[in-house]
Amino acid sequence: MFIAFYYLLRACGLKVSMNEWMTLTEALDRGLSGASLTGFYRLCRAVLVKTEADFDRFDLAFAEYFHGIESPETFPDELWRWLAEDVQIRDGNDKHMLDECLLELEELQRRLEERLKEQKERHSGGNYWIGTGGTSTMGHGGYHERGIRVGGEGRHRNAVQVAGERKFRDFRQDSILDARQFQMAFRKLRQYSSRLEGPRTELDIDETATQTGDNAGRLTLVWEKPRKNTIKLLVLFDSDGSMLPYGRLCNRLFHAVSKSSHFKDLKVYYFHNCVYEHLYKTPHCRKGEWIDTDWALKNLSQEYRLILVGDGTMAPSELLRKGGNSFIGLYNDTPGIEWLNRFRKRYGKSVWLNPIHRQEWDYTYGSHTLGIIKEIFPMFELTVDGLEAGIKKLLSGR
Amino acid sequence: MGKHTNQFKGSGSYVVSDELRDAVNIAIVLKKPLLIKGEPGTGKTMLAQAISEGLGKELIIWNIKSTTKAQDGLYLYDTVQRLYDSQFGEGNVADIKQYIRLGKLGEAFVSEEQVVLLIDEIDKADLEFPNDLLWELDRMEFYINETREMIRTNVRPIVIITSNAEKELPDAFLRRCIFHYIAFPEPDKMEEIVRVHYPDIDEKLLTQAMESFYKIREMKELQKKPGTSELLDWLQALTFSGIPLKKIAAEIPFIGVLLKKNQDIDTVAEIREKGYSAKRWLNT
Repeated sequence: MFIAFYYLLRACGLKVSMNEWMTLTEALDRGLSGASLTGFYRLCRAVLVKTEADFDRFDLAFAEYFHGIESPETFPDELWRWLAEDVQIRDGNDKHMLDECLLELEELQRRLEERLKEQKERHSGGNYWIGTGGTSTMGHGGYHERGIRVGGEGRHRNAVQVAGERKFRDFRQDSILDARQFQMAFRKLRQYSSRLEGPRTELDIDETATQTGDNAGRLTLVWEKPRKNTIKLLVLFDSDGSMLPYGRLCNRLFHAVSKSSHFKDLKVYYFHNCVYEHLYKTPHCRKGEWIDTDWALKNLSQEYRLILVGDGTMAPSELLRKGGNSFIGLYNDTPGIEWLNRFRKRYGKSVWLNPIHRQEWDYTYGSHTLGIIKEIFPMFELTVDGLEAGIKKLLSGR
Repeated sequence: MGKHTNQFKGSGSYVVSDELRDAVNIAIVLKKPLLIKGEPGTGKTMLAQAISEGLGKELIIWNIKSTTKAQDGLYLYDTVQRLYDSQFGEGNVADIKQYIRLGKLGEAFVSEEQVVLLIDEIDKADLEFPNDLLWELDRMEFYINETREMIRTNVRPIVIITSNAEKELPDAFLRRCIFHYIAFPEPDKMEEIVRVHYPDIDEKLLTQAMESFYKIREMKELQKKPGTSELLDWLQALTFSGIPLKKIAAEIPFIGVLLKKNQDIDTVAEIREKGYSAKRWLNT
């Protein structure tokens, strides 16, 4: 069995279990690959890959393993046997009746070479010569189901090279994500307790039995309160300025947070570059539309979990000096870093989410202040994986 | 795959891609649940219906809600009713069987004929929900404690499970499924789908509407992109109103049919007017 493919998949980070591999073997024995590499590709993916986030990894692995597709002798023997066997028992009602349709790669390869020798000029259309368009098995931009592409862009996805196209790249989990995925991550931020107010809707069996017994066997139903999430969340967004390029990403995060109805309380405020005396109520950061930062620190209790979202890149003075506030007409007596320290001290369970990719943190414009902030708050990348790691941190604390 | 009798080929009212058709047949032959994921409006739920029609089998739907528990699908033991009955001397309290009600899964198990069982939107339930069903879906049997009765399948149902990816599903559960992701249909596939629903739709209207539809879908600022069902509704609205063709692209009439959120409608208007949207924060 071409077990090397199994290990390649696992090496590529796909969690393929032995069970699934056995299922694939069984499927191949039953001829489910449909006598074509495309069918084999679909079968492998359906059986072995269980989330669209991994499709891209699978495509890469598949393309790597079956890379020598143009030279069929490098094909694993066993795979060939399967494909070849199935050709003989193939349903005669197959919609293609042309003899070339039943050819497999090896044969195609041979004919390609032959025809290359025969052919002396450029062709377009038609069903025999190598060229563009048409229904010949060779060339590109054509309509044959299992042809060899000779240069050019594939117009139809049914060429055998389908895996190489990586059309599921966008679904990779480590890439930037959408609101729903954020929301999914936020659902993990919960801590249950039944000691909250709310209607009593769950039947308490034990208490019902006891009370019914006490009541001389007359049925007395006792209801209790369902368990609820007790997490309170405070989110501070950096808005405007250097955050503009990440607007859409932050917007999605914002919607994910505000849609997550399972928090006991949620407070969202905004700041410009760094936190000073005021927290703005709107992302526009307008003078007057704010609350005092001191008020927040005093009134929002320590049990709040704190998420700061920002790139952390600014002029060093904005973070470290008095009067560093870049907002014209506002002077701060306390440097920004001091405010950040106060937040960190007050809220032990806090993290900083940064839309800049982790590998750029040390080099990006403004990496100096980013580095300082990273020392104060545990910092995570604003991706699904980063958010999940951050939420774990928020739950477990230091 | 011609040698398998139970083969799904699509149905008259449902356009199925080759990949999806293969996935369905793989699941049927291997007797494993088929897990279907995809954007809302890509016809996940319709698929089960198409399979049931295509193969001429009864369809049993188990709709999952946030409060659904695995036990609900197997059976319910109506204790409260039995207690009340004993209190007021009604019914035959000694016969526990009459207080056992089979759930959808139970119904599918006891059916004499093979059925298609749709477990719809499994991700709506609690995170642990799929794990609680592992044994039942694997072995296709469960035990009723109260009556000491084993419920077993005669013929394994064809199990279709849909998910909107609201929650991640546990690995142990995923390992037992065949998986397929329904990508949003490309324009030519979409045309085919539209024609199945409206066979005599006006050519020019369709071309115009599709062009505007895919343009709107490309706007990344949207919170909820319109799906297939929205497009179908919109085409119907356009056909009935008899709006002149050139107005479709210029004005996008009945945009409320395509977009369900006011903010999205504003965004589209803004993009069409200025060529971009400055709406980064839509909460204000």
